Amino acid sequence: MFRDITIGQYLSGSSVVHRLDPRTKITIVGVFMVVLFAATNAAAYATLTAFTVLAVHLARVPARMLLRGLRPVLILLVLTFTLQLFLTPGRTMFTLGPLVASWEGLRMGLFMVARLLLLLVMASLLTLTTSPVSLTDGLESILAPFRLVGLPAHELAMMMTIALRFIPTLMEEADKIMKAQMARGADFESRSLSRRIRSLVPLLVPLFVSAFRRADELATAMEARCYRGGRHRTRLNRLRATALDAAAAALTGFMAAVVIGLRWWPG
Amino acid sequence: MSIETVDLTHVYMPGTERAVVAVDRVSLRIDDGETVGIMGPTGSGKSTLIQHFNGLLRPTSGRVLVDGEDLWPREKEGPRTTDLHKVRRKVGLIFQFPEHQLFEESVYDDVAFGPRNLGLSEEEVRRRVTVALRMVGVPEDEAEALGRRSPFSLSGGQMRRVAIAGVLAMRPATLVLDEPTAGLDPRGRLELLETLSRLHRRWGLTLVVVSHNMEDLAALVDRVIILDQGRLILDGPTREVFRDPESLRRLGLDAPPVVALMHALAARGAQVDVSRLSPREAAEEIDQWIRAGRPRRAGSGREGDAGLVHV
Repeated sequence: MFRDITIGQYLSGSSVVHRLDPRTKITIVGVFMVVLFAATNAAAYATLTAFTVLAVHLARVPARMLLRGLRPVLILLVLTFTLQLFLTPGRTMFTLGPLVASWEGLRMGLFMVARLLLLLVMASLLTLTTSPVSLTDGLESILAPFRLVGLPAHELAMMMTIALRFIPTLMEEADKIMKAQMARGADFESRSLSRRIRSLVPLLVPLFVSAFRRADELATAMEARCYRGGRHRTRLNRLRATALDAAAAALTGFMAAVVIGLRWWPG
Repeated sequence: MSIETVDLTHVYMPGTERAVVAVDRVSLRIDDGETVGIMGPTGSGKSTLIQHFNGLLRPTSGRVLVDGEDLWPREKEGPRTTDLHKVRRKVGLIFQFPEHQLFEESVYDDVAFGPRNLGLSEEEVRRRVTVALRMVGVPEDEAEALGRRSPFSLSGGQMRRVAIAGVLAMRPATLVLDEPTAGLDPRGRLELLETLSRLHRRWGLTLVVVSHNMEDLAALVDRVIILDQGRLILDGPTREVFRDPESLRRLGLDAPPVVALMHALAARGAQVDVSRLSPREAAEEIDQWIRAGRPRRAGSGREGDAGLVHV
């Protein structure tokens, strides 16, 4: 039941995008997000789209997988578009009862949908091509300077790694407990909301008990191997930026310059 | 009560590149009053198979019949008529480490969870809890005190008993257990085996036991089914299955120590029946063989093999 859920799925591979330093990828996505909100005209969106298409192509991620990830937000996209279409004042395109669709609304709606789509594709591309471990390694490294102001970067990254690591385990566990309680006549499919909420108790209590037990065991295992977070910790896989990262950064910089430059382009 | 599967196939995540065939065209029939062991190496589909017995999993293809009733009638044969809740009441499924499903504040309430879900009167619930606890070996005069305790304050073995009682309180006719003795200490294990065998002898439950532990199976079941890579490869009386340790070893399984001992004796030329399963049976056999006079000594291992006695 829970086994089919795929959150932040990682698709292992050896494409150039996979081989990029996670810090580079996180930064690129960050820059992309900022630039996305600076885009004001069709040419800028075309540039951003071209950049995204290029990235997807280089990552060799099947388009089918990306599209599957977009399905849940379809309603949001439709809603956004409709609201923009009818609520933006401007030259009338058509009327639907009291609602007036404007040409400006159409333009804004399309831009908004494009913006959301590009954002989602780039974000999924990041998790699809970066393993959870290197993703958190990258985050830790990026957050490291903030240690000076008291941010526990290493601990945050470690917590994220552990959380990501245990999502599938806990899902499997939940599945098992649910089945065990169903074997005792528990009803998880009832239509009544109050019954459904009450039916969560036999699922959540054992799940929490087991999560605490696992946490305890994990803590012992980490201590037994002399784990201590902090500054003197060395790592097995050191993050290293290569010429590839330089190329990716240059490309991103170029794209950002074009998009921001296009702000002064008429149209 | 019978459980029957016909060409049962289960595929996890079908249609994706990660599809796994966990159970592959398995046909078997378990009759009322039988004790059946299911064994096979890790990943052979044992756990997936038993989850079909009470309708927790839906087969990708093939059929599951409980008491001759198809659990998943095909749509073109009319609307679904099988009540899975009823089936789950008849076939009690106990997962590995069942103590992990305990959640109530007291043992009593936890065992009562099932009967209460059935909508029984509190009086009937009380009766069922008492009987279920007695079935797992809790004397009636201790049931009251135990019932008030928190299930989380019990020892591992006790927790497991209480969890099993929670399923027994549903009054199933068949009990399906996945690795019932895993993780118990030797004493807890022996007590649980005794309890399970009493459930069969005294309370007439049909037992289906999934286990890696050959000794447990030798002690509990009359019939063994072996799965490998989702396929049923052997189905026969326990004695027959354990008679050939070599083929078990090829599957990464092993015969129980008693059987291995009898085979080792036979290989050295002893005239003993290798199909003895329990230590008691083996002792009797060896005793008889010694009384029958001095054993013939075998020259080499090869000759010894030739002296293997099949009865």
